[in-house]
Amino acid sequence: MSNWLPKSAAGRRWLGLAPSYFVIGIFMLVPMIIMGVFSFLEPNPYGGVKPVGSLAAYVKLFFEYDLEDNLVFNPGYLNIILRSFQLSFGATLLCLIFGFPVAYYITLQPENRRNFYIYLITIPFWTNLLIRTFAWIIILGRGGVIETPLLWAGIIEDSLRMMYTDGAIAIGLTYSYLPLMVLPIYASLEKLDFRLLEAASDLYANRFEIMTKVVIPLCKPGIIAGCILVFIPCLGAFIAPNLLGGGKKLMLGSLVQFQFASARNWPFGSALSMLLLSAVVVTLIFYARAARKREVTEGSA
Amino acid sequence: MKRLLTIFAASAALLTLGSARAEGELFIYNWTEYTPPELVEKFEKETGIKVSVDTYDSNETLLAKLQAGATGYDLVVPSQNFVPIMIKEGLIQKVAVYDLPNYKNYVDSWKKPEWDPEHEYTAPWQWGTTSFAYHNDYSGKGESLKEFFEPSEELRGRLSVFPTPDEVVSLANIYLGIPFCSEDPKQMKKVQDLLVAQKEYVVAYNNETMSDLIASGEALMTNHWNGYARLGRLAGAPVNYAYPKEGVVGWFDSLVVPSSAKNVENARKFMNFMMDPVNMAILTENQGYGDAIKGTAQYYSEELKSAPEVNPPADLNVVFAPTCSPKAQSLIDKVWTKVMQ
Repeated sequence: MSNWLPKSAAGRRWLGLAPSYFVIGIFMLVPMIIMGVFSFLEPNPYGGVKPVGSLAAYVKLFFEYDLEDNLVFNPGYLNIILRSFQLSFGATLLCLIFGFPVAYYITLQPENRRNFYIYLITIPFWTNLLIRTFAWIIILGRGGVIETPLLWAGIIEDSLRMMYTDGAIAIGLTYSYLPLMVLPIYASLEKLDFRLLEAASDLYANRFEIMTKVVIPLCKPGIIAGCILVFIPCLGAFIAPNLLGGGKKLMLGSLVQFQFASARNWPFGSALSMLLLSAVVVTLIFYARAARKREVTEGSA
Repeated sequence: MKRLLTIFAASAALLTLGSARAEGELFIYNWTEYTPPELVEKFEKETGIKVSVDTYDSNETLLAKLQAGATGYDLVVPSQNFVPIMIKEGLIQKVAVYDLPNYKNYVDSWKKPEWDPEHEYTAPWQWGTTSFAYHNDYSGKGESLKEFFEPSEELRGRLSVFPTPDEVVSLANIYLGIPFCSEDPKQMKKVQDLLVAQKEYVVAYNNETMSDLIASGEALMTNHWNGYARLGRLAGAPVNYAYPKEGVVGWFDSLVVPSSAKNVENARKFMNFMMDPVNMAILTENQGYGDAIKGTAQYYSEELKSAPEVNPPADLNVVFAPTCSPKAQSLIDKVWTKVMQ
């Protein structure tokens, strides 16, 4: 029966992993290669690409032909990229501020109740992200859940104009990706040996010092993983910028979507995706190197 | 191994079963809130065909989806200026609309349109206008496109504009007196400057929830379609559709069959069904745009007959956008990309 299996252990390992290589190859590498190839082609005026090699899409990231066809430096896209990084960074920070205490609180619960709380964290995923983001329009909007009581109580006189701003985008992103921050932090806090905390307070560490010198360093891998899990999808998000930002201030994700749908410049959309991809890869490389360094220092200590 | 074979056989049987049932299906890909459920139910009841509806938000999205090779749709509803592009790119197929029994009901003045003179591809859906609408609280009367493109201070942060260039640039062309599909960069620079300056006042670029924006007061003025503005007004939003003196953009949406359609005959049945005045009247009553089918008016309600959104002033200048050349299109795309930055 099993004589068709490879003899060597390495061979069997390859065979065992084959389905996942296959899935990654088909669903990740092939689309990425298509994107990469498209980014070096010319756009077809009515959508699609012409099979003509061109670097125009990459030139367009920094320069533009104005309406009279002169090549001039154009900081427009760089601004969008910068704005995306700023908003993603802001959202990640907010997720950390709100997510860490939640994860810590869950860790402090009796073991039988923890799973229930984790289960509660995943409940938002049951509803479509689009609908959940839409709900924020009702919360933040003019005459919405926040404004109406304030107006009624006379605390404010005019609309706060919270919708369709950068702040609204940041709130939407934070809300969308908060669970992705809580879960990895919880995973690393759960393994925390709480006797270490007692030991620290025996050694006259106050609560603040216990947090900064014991808890946070020990769950740092979880914090970093959470930050990456939040930061990367934020960079590519387009639902929150479109719905809550009113589509006025594009982020990278909405810019890519715009190039494929409205502007009909697929190569440029692909080039932007490649740029986004490289940003993600660079972030991950830094993370991997930091993790390796930490392992080395911990190993030698 | 034997068990594995049984599973394969079972799933193969299921697959054939699935395709046998698929003969009675029709997949419609239409604009948001543009397909009345009662019409779909009536068609299903009369023909036994199971209809599924999916939606998009702009001609550009539809074109991009078809270009990307989206398959599985049997009917899509592009505007007139996108029909020639889709024909040229081979995205839609000839279905001999002129041969359908109910073709006789086509209003003569709409026959032989330039986008499909022989009616080989297109069956009528609705036609209407793109202009702007304003809140009851807005101080102006919507008499000029100037109020929309060069807004007064009360509209700062309270103006909503469509998020795709197609109709916005056309409307700007009408306002500035520049011909549609201009290939002159200097003229398009004027359009760009106008739209960039307008952005200072824009609260959101949106073409799906305009009446909600008005209802909540988030916007005092918004780009709007006449029939959709009527729907908003009927739902209680203080929406007034404007007929500016410079004119408005006209459009004619048609049913067409994508080249990749699997249920072409069912699509033709639906086209024929829609050219029956009883059915078309249901659509017009629901949507409040115009139709191009004879004998529908007798089924209209009094409300529809007297709705301001379907009774424009007699001297209204309605301009239908032609299909732009690649050069003109690339200027439009450049202008819009600049506005969106």
